[in-house]
Amino acid sequence: MRTLRARLTPYALIFPGGLWLAIFFVVPTLVMLSLSLQSGNVVDGFAFTWNWHSYVDGITTYHDQIIRSLLYGLAATVIQILIGFPVAYWIAFKGGNNKSVYLFLVLLPFLVSFVLRTISWQFLLSDNGILLGPLRDAGLLPQDFRVLATPYAVIGGLSYNFLPFMILPMYVALERIDPRLLEAAQDLYASRMQTFLRVVLPLSLPGVFAGVLMTFVPATSDYVNSSVLGGTNTTMIGNVIQNQFLVNQDYPVASALSFTLMALLLIGIFVYARALGTEDVLEVAAR
Amino acid sequence: MNDFRNQDPAFLRGMTQRRLGRRDAFRLAGLSAAGLALAACGVQGKRVAQPTSSAEAQSAVQQYWSGKVKNGHVDFANWPLYMDPKQPELKQFTDQTGISVTYSEVIQENASWFAKIQPLLAAGQSINYDLMVVTNGIQFSQLVELGYLVSLDHSKLPNFAANAGPRYKSEAFDPGNVYSIPWTSGMTGIAYNPKYIDTPPTSYAAMWDPKYKGKVGMMADSQEIGNFGMFLLGIDPEKSTPADWEKAAAKLKEQRDAGIVRKYYDQSYVDPLSKGDIWMCQAWSGDIFQKNVSDGTDLKFVIPDEGATIWTDNMMIPKTAANPVDAIMLMDFFYDPKVAASLAEYINYVTPVPAAQAIIKADADAASGDDKKTLEEVAASPLVFPSEADYAKLRSYRNFKNTDEQKQYENIFQAITTA
Repeated sequence: MRTLRARLTPYALIFPGGLWLAIFFVVPTLVMLSLSLQSGNVVDGFAFTWNWHSYVDGITTYHDQIIRSLLYGLAATVIQILIGFPVAYWIAFKGGNNKSVYLFLVLLPFLVSFVLRTISWQFLLSDNGILLGPLRDAGLLPQDFRVLATPYAVIGGLSYNFLPFMILPMYVALERIDPRLLEAAQDLYASRMQTFLRVVLPLSLPGVFAGVLMTFVPATSDYVNSSVLGGTNTTMIGNVIQNQFLVNQDYPVASALSFTLMALLLIGIFVYARALGTEDVLEVAAR
Repeated sequence: MNDFRNQDPAFLRGMTQRRLGRRDAFRLAGLSAAGLALAACGVQGKRVAQPTSSAEAQSAVQQYWSGKVKNGHVDFANWPLYMDPKQPELKQFTDQTGISVTYSEVIQENASWFAKIQPLLAAGQSINYDLMVVTNGIQFSQLVELGYLVSLDHSKLPNFAANAGPRYKSEAFDPGNVYSIPWTSGMTGIAYNPKYIDTPPTSYAAMWDPKYKGKVGMMADSQEIGNFGMFLLGIDPEKSTPADWEKAAAKLKEQRDAGIVRKYYDQSYVDPLSKGDIWMCQAWSGDIFQKNVSDGTDLKFVIPDEGATIWTDNMMIPKTAANPVDAIMLMDFFYDPKVAASLAEYINYVTPVPAAQAIIKADADAASGDDKKTLEEVAASPLVFPSEADYAKLRSYRNFKNTDEQKQYENIFQAITTA
């Protein structure tokens, strides 16, 4: 009986998660894959025809939006590293007894809905709003200056909305660094710069990697920021997919674009993992 | 261990089998392929045959309505800015009939609304609304073609028969009002904020004027934006050809690439216009009036000299409605001239009930001060009671022969709005 139970335990443990993945990931992915190869329309119905044209059409029509999304995602990720790393570093090494308070402050915006936070940016940054209005009246900004409906607003929104996902993994990695290592570096006559570059930074890389993964992927496929803060020529691929699914009901093209995006992101992640020289960095990041 | 007896034997077998080997991986792959094949069956064609004779239509009506009874509740899906937020008309309806109404402003755009309800209706499931308002156009035709709408029982619509204007009883998109009766009509024209614009725009060309760079809002709806491009070029949208669409799209692209357009909006254009983010935009006639009344703004609306689009928003009952009898009673209620007048006084859209004009005039005589002035304006407004000369300048959306033509149209204009 004991051996049977021992054999069953791993399956019992994986069962809820596996079932969840099977129902909510594997099945929808297969359905989408099938949809992307169908042709037809809502009125006459869709039929499976191995219609690869959805991929060709989707990519030729929307390659600008795909490239733009990758660039916006990249820009947002870089900005988040630049803002997030010092924050994580400060909390980890200088936070003292109040670390949990600072972490809570980082997470605080998450208590407000994602869309509402973005709309509040729209309110703050409106052309005659509380920020830009006085600055323009004071003659500090040109008359036709605006922030909303520009790529900067979209990238800014993306950076802001996903920032905690960047800070938290970096904090976890930094916090785990043994302070004695820093003391050892100093004992060996390393300057503060050298200590940072040769001890802290390498040890924090798994955290940075995890942060990049958790921000670049959702930022690239996001559509809320672009539709709320963007204007013309700021459409991201997420908006196109949303539009094709929920406005045009062109399910094949929408699915084909989703798969294209997924493939691009996966390739990007693996190239990035290679470039970082740690093939098992995913495992390290998850630790 | 007794519990195990109640378990599914297949589940037990799965739990007691050996580890996954390579062979199992192949089996799993085969299973996935089966799943793929299953999913590959696709969505079957859903187009339904339309009744070809009046007898056939009549029997469809009888078949649907026989045995349906009043349940005492209606769920009503409508657009924002389509009723006084205090909902006086609905309160009156509840007092008169005992039917409670849940009113939700959930429709912002025809296409996205249709995309939201279509999968539910296709599966024969309730959309949780008994009554909804959809504009004549692409999605309206699709709702009819797919058989998603209830054929109306006109014996339950006495007010409509008595009070609807002749124009609204013979609309080309639903002859004989088989599936719908109008909620209101309205025009799509130009709205502007006089705080920033000194010379009132009289022509569509104003929206292409480089001096308003970055301050012009256009609509994301492909029919609305397409019509603006065509009016600018002097093309009648109703009679337009694909070549005309390309020409209009080229103009709209020019406008976008010159940086004149700030953004493509759904009904959310009203706020940026009053805040000054945009100075001029495509707008629906009544929205601007209501914004002025409710928020004290001073926005203006004009019908350009070239003409404008007139559309009709229609009340209809989805085929899966739980309370169709209550819904049709509410539809008819809005054709009581007093109710129609009260609604028009607030929303300032074209009412399908001509008798409402006299009532609004009488209300104006009874009122005083600002109210009196506003009501007098409403009674005389060409936006609420257009004259025949006004109607002559107005054009409808293009009717599409088939889905391919419609898709061609949408692709041309969405290339502008989703760049």
